[in-house]
Amino acid sequence: MKEERIADFTDDYPVFTEEMKGTYTILAPDMLPWHFDLLTYVMRREGYRIEILKNEGRAVIDEGLKHVHNDTCFPALCVIGQYLDALKSGKYDVDKTAVLITQTGGGCRASNYLPLIRKALKAEFPQVPVISLNFSGLEKNSGLHLTLGVIRRMGYAIFYGDLIMSCYNRVQPYEAHAGDCDAARQRCLEAIERAFDGKGFSKLGRQADFILRTFSAIPVLQKECVKVGIVGEIYVKYSPLGNSHLEDFLRAEGCEPVVPALMDFILYCVVNNLNDAKLYGKRTRMTPAFRFAYRWLLGKAKRIRKATAKYPFFAPQHDFEHLRRCADLVINQGVKMGEGWLIPAEMAALVESGTENIVCAQPFGCLPNHIAGKGAVRVIKELYPRANIVPVDYDPSATRVNQENRIKLMLATARE
Amino acid sequence: MGKLLGIDVGSTTVKFCLVDGEQIVYTSYVRHFARVKECVLGELENIRPLASTCRVSITGSAGLGIAQRGKLPFVQEVQAAFTAIRKFYPDADAAIELGGEDAKIIFLTGGVEQRMNGSCAGGTGAFIDQMATLLDLSVDEMDALSLTAERVYPIASRCGVFAKSDIQPLLNQGAKKADIAASIFRAVVDQTVSGLAQGRRIKGKVLFLGGPLHFLQGLRKAFTDVLGLDAAHAIFPETAPCFMAIGAALHAAGEREYTIDALASALSEVSDGGEIAVGKPLFASREEYDAFVDRHRRSDLAFENIYKYEGDAYLGIDAGSTTTKLMLITPENKILYSHYQTNNGQPLEIVTARLGELYSLTGGRIVIRGACVTGYGEEMMRAALKLDFGVVETIAHFKAALYFQPDVDFIIDIGGQDIKCFKVKNGAIDSIMLNEACSSGCGSFIQTFAKAMGMEIEPFSRLGLFAKRPVELGSRCTVFMNSSVKQAQKEGASIEDISAGLSSSIVKNAIYKVIRARTPEELGEHIVVQGGTFLNDAVLRSFELETGKEVVRPAIAGLMGAFGAALYAKENTAPSTLLSGMVTEAELRNFSYSSRAVTCKGCTSHCGVNILTFGDGRRFVSGNKCERGAGIKRSNDPLDLYAFKYEKLLALPQSTAEAKRGTVGLPLQLVMYEQLPLWVTFFEALGFRVVLSDRSSRELYFRGQHTVASDTACYPAKLMHGHIESLLDKNVDFIFYPCESYNFDEHDSVNHYNCPIVAYYPELLKANNERLHGGNLIMPYIDPNSEKTTVRALTRALAAYKLPSRHVRKAYASGLARMEAFHREIVERGREILATAEKEGKEVVVLAGRPYHADPEINHGINKLLTSLGIAVLSEDAVFEAGEPVKVNVLNQWTYHARLYRAAEFCTRRSCNLVQLVSFGCGIDAITTDEVRGILESRGKLYTQIKIDEIAGLGVVKIRLRSLIAAIAEQKRKKEGV
Repeated sequence: MKEERIADFTDDYPVFTEEMKGTYTILAPDMLPWHFDLLTYVMRREGYRIEILKNEGRAVIDEGLKHVHNDTCFPALCVIGQYLDALKSGKYDVDKTAVLITQTGGGCRASNYLPLIRKALKAEFPQVPVISLNFSGLEKNSGLHLTLGVIRRMGYAIFYGDLIMSCYNRVQPYEAHAGDCDAARQRCLEAIERAFDGKGFSKLGRQADFILRTFSAIPVLQKECVKVGIVGEIYVKYSPLGNSHLEDFLRAEGCEPVVPALMDFILYCVVNNLNDAKLYGKRTRMTPAFRFAYRWLLGKAKRIRKATAKYPFFAPQHDFEHLRRCADLVINQGVKMGEGWLIPAEMAALVESGTENIVCAQPFGCLPNHIAGKGAVRVIKELYPRANIVPVDYDPSATRVNQENRIKLMLATARE
Repeated sequence: MGKLLGIDVGSTTVKFCLVDGEQIVYTSYVRHFARVKECVLGELENIRPLASTCRVSITGSAGLGIAQRGKLPFVQEVQAAFTAIRKFYPDADAAIELGGEDAKIIFLTGGVEQRMNGSCAGGTGAFIDQMATLLDLSVDEMDALSLTAERVYPIASRCGVFAKSDIQPLLNQGAKKADIAASIFRAVVDQTVSGLAQGRRIKGKVLFLGGPLHFLQGLRKAFTDVLGLDAAHAIFPETAPCFMAIGAALHAAGEREYTIDALASALSEVSDGGEIAVGKPLFASREEYDAFVDRHRRSDLAFENIYKYEGDAYLGIDAGSTTTKLMLITPENKILYSHYQTNNGQPLEIVTARLGELYSLTGGRIVIRGACVTGYGEEMMRAALKLDFGVVETIAHFKAALYFQPDVDFIIDIGGQDIKCFKVKNGAIDSIMLNEACSSGCGSFIQTFAKAMGMEIEPFSRLGLFAKRPVELGSRCTVFMNSSVKQAQKEGASIEDISAGLSSSIVKNAIYKVIRARTPEELGEHIVVQGGTFLNDAVLRSFELETGKEVVRPAIAGLMGAFGAALYAKENTAPSTLLSGMVTEAELRNFSYSSRAVTCKGCTSHCGVNILTFGDGRRFVSGNKCERGAGIKRSNDPLDLYAFKYEKLLALPQSTAEAKRGTVGLPLQLVMYEQLPLWVTFFEALGFRVVLSDRSSRELYFRGQHTVASDTACYPAKLMHGHIESLLDKNVDFIFYPCESYNFDEHDSVNHYNCPIVAYYPELLKANNERLHGGNLIMPYIDPNSEKTTVRALTRALAAYKLPSRHVRKAYASGLARMEAFHREIVERGREILATAEKEGKEVVVLAGRPYHADPEINHGINKLLTSLGIAVLSEDAVFEAGEPVKVNVLNQWTYHARLYRAAEFCTRRSCNLVQLVSFGCGIDAITTDEVRGILESRGKLYTQIKIDEIAGLGVVKIRLRSLIAAIAEQKRKKEGV
């Protein structure tokens, strides 16, 4: 910004300081049910008292509707609704509570959730600080100051979360005794948490093998389930509150949900910085760091794929470099806002690997999805005539029947 | 193989089909009026004589729940249709099915594809029902009328609410119902083509299915006309209404057999009362209600006997969008006469009839000294009846509210079509909030719904007063509410509960969506509520419960506009004027008029205008965007920067430029509206001839409509498809549109992104237009700030022309220089306009949007409207640099949006007002609007937002702008008075 007179229209808002770390409860939205258990475990060990919100229902949506503009995306509404509903529940000392939100700094609206949350809180809980979790240097004075060590641990947590998620989804529809998978999941989470207590967490191959072994020991039935991939906007793709429990619905319909890894999204964010450097010469001090991070993560992902290869029941996760090549068939990797090129890339990779039925979940009116989601479906279908894709809009007022009916249509086509 | 039964339970109807062997032996089609279970069981009794046992399968949107709870086989309805089509029409290429709330399309050849509409209900049976109610016709009458139509008006098809705001002005201007009916059917077709087909052409042998397409001849005609199908290719099966039921019956073949009794018992066990959210009852007891009624009775006007009174009187007329109100008052503000009536699309007839009655009642004893009209039909009424004054409705309502509560600081008016709220500070309107097109979930919604239930609005809303478990219906748009209501009904909610739920959701919509209040305290201490909708005690009570405040509702809540107009007439009638100039009794007796629709050829806008010719030869022209059609010749106003900019852009390409290397097509839309000088210069410098796409118009939009992939994208984006088609038809060598994640860095914001639509739209164009390919659409990824990489990318993109990169670099540099010069010229012109306006004492409006809002098809001529109201028009890009850099609460990271904040800052220090233009569906403006409002209001300026889409009617916009002007004048008066 220029160093001239600046008209300041900002409101005062509370800032999250280092001293608050041990005494404040930090609320986080229920965005990634599979990963947040591990991520919060890592954060708690660092002294952050993080709690994941699990509140749902009409009250959450109503709070969201009250505080968010009609045209703002549905995820913002869910997140803000969850916060306000939780703060009003009386469960928390509102003078000793902060809320956490991620920011990617990308060109879609998602990075603006933070100011929106601030605005919403201002009316009723002006004392509650909002903390930004980002790696783009935004909100310098109200962010989390994470050491490289913690970031590294979080990276591992995501890898383990991804693996547990995909193993669970792969086995659960076929399990012979109901509840086996839930127990296995619990066992794995506990084991990984113990690993985070010591140094064992970095033994990626060993831990991955443990997870795979635990799940492959579960007795399964011989039956055919329709595989259904879930791609789309990051929040509605993973969050049960956002997608009306899409995974559960698919399981109830006798399908096997296939949910691509969260690490793909992380890699997507990292590689976009490298693409910017390549396309536009946007090199910064951080570029070598991104390059290093990218290589490091790719290497780790490879370890997991290697571990998975020993268990034929589990399909190895997509190689991210392959995803990038898939994207190139459909769209330019310059499309980097929101989930951008990752959506068509995942769709293509899913179809290629035999998951031909796909739900493309998006919030109603999502800007990047006009182009990379709905807009790309036609090309995918031309490339892979067997692809069976249904875009589903999620919105506070769209009835569940309406959404489920569309998914059922997709399933009916799948079973043809 | 026994008998097969298919049951299709849709959102509005139940369809049965019984198949015996290869024969369809029975079909039926009945409306279920939300009593789904009873209806299905009743229909089942008709099957009993035909079959004692059968295999069964259920389909349809409401069938899903029934099948689940009754543990009966279910088949998705599109799948059912697909099966039936393959059996009975194996040679069909495509099928279109319209149902109550769903619309579906199935492509059978060239890649099977089955699609359903998204979550919006536009273009479905429910939409047609809603529109018929609006026209006060039955659906059959509307159908019959449509066949006699002479012209088709453009009507927004995407959403019922949008369509309404297109239709209402047409009705008020006296357009023929027949023409409107045909236009509605046309809108449905457009919606199907753009929303459903999404880039795939509907061709070959097309099957039309579902109730509406079977029963409505006008709709059939519209479809065959638009798709260009002859009788051999447009198939309307006799079985169309229950086609899905037939499909379901075919599916039943694989299911187990039921006796009819077993089936009936399975169906009757379907329990009602699923999970529906319920709220608190409105009144706990009768006593509470009585106290409430007593309290509100206190705000009332006194009456004077019109049969006995002698002396002066003042007349106020409120020609609203759905209702017409009249009031005659004495100089002491006593009511002599009042009238409230739904105008059924014929407001003029109603007013003339009432005036006749008035004249006969007053019998010469009463002298009307002044008459004033307000509301949608203000201009037409004033012209037709020669009334003395016209006042914008916001001011009329304000005047009336002041009378009842001199300390009023907040007024909310919920009428038939719109919600108006004003905050009042120091006796003047401080801010005005009007509902956006999309959330006009207002009074007429309850009315439409009451009618759908076969009830009048009054008894229907009274039902809600003592509802035990009012349902929560959400507070978004009415179309969504519509399906929430149906969902609630399916879950077994009673009419009482729904009535109460509707009242409360209307209130919530007003408070949280229109006013955007976060807490009730924000509204103020002394609230006056008015508008016909508040006469409804359930709505009033919901409002008091939601705000936790006791408010004033005048007994004449529905007549406040008319009362305010009468007060205005009283205040403004000069003491020397002893008799109003309005039509006399004799003139009224001979009053007649005829209406004619024509297309104005005054300019390129080609407005569809209506000419009313009155008995005495006077004419009134309406529907035009500017004054030209009204007979006042005027070229572009010199104080209109929008027009200046647009004309300048169009003149950029040199038609004489030599096409040494070939021709390049530039689509004049989105980012090109700003970067055109850059790219025209760039390509001309390199020896290309530049061809621009056709000017934007609705026709252009329709040309590209079949390639639109996402119908909820903004209108500028959707227009882009037409621009591409026009360039392809001009046979250019290639079309150029760069992909730019980043726009020019103006050092105002944390980052300098484009919005995702502007940045990547070529990707979507390429993916969805079969005429485009890598060769004829050149779309390099560039960051225009970085010369080095841009030149590299451009050289690579134009590799086929083997251009040396130094030439590219030079051309790019001269392009940049030209763009800068162009921008300077706009800024300079802006300065001149501002100076002239200030000197002449004219109001100035900075019409702040994006560069592409300069497109007359996108801004709908709002700039011309402003200049015709005597206001100078600037654009945000001309003034933002004169504003100080700002720090805002939100993440300021888009180049175009950062300008809005600075332009707002500029306006707070100058004698300018800012009007923000927002394209519907612009998600980013959901963030900027609150921020721009904050900047303006923190420094005591008024904020006005205009949401624009495909809608062409400017009625609402006019009211908004006139209110703004009136409020500014009022504020100035107050200031000078102090």
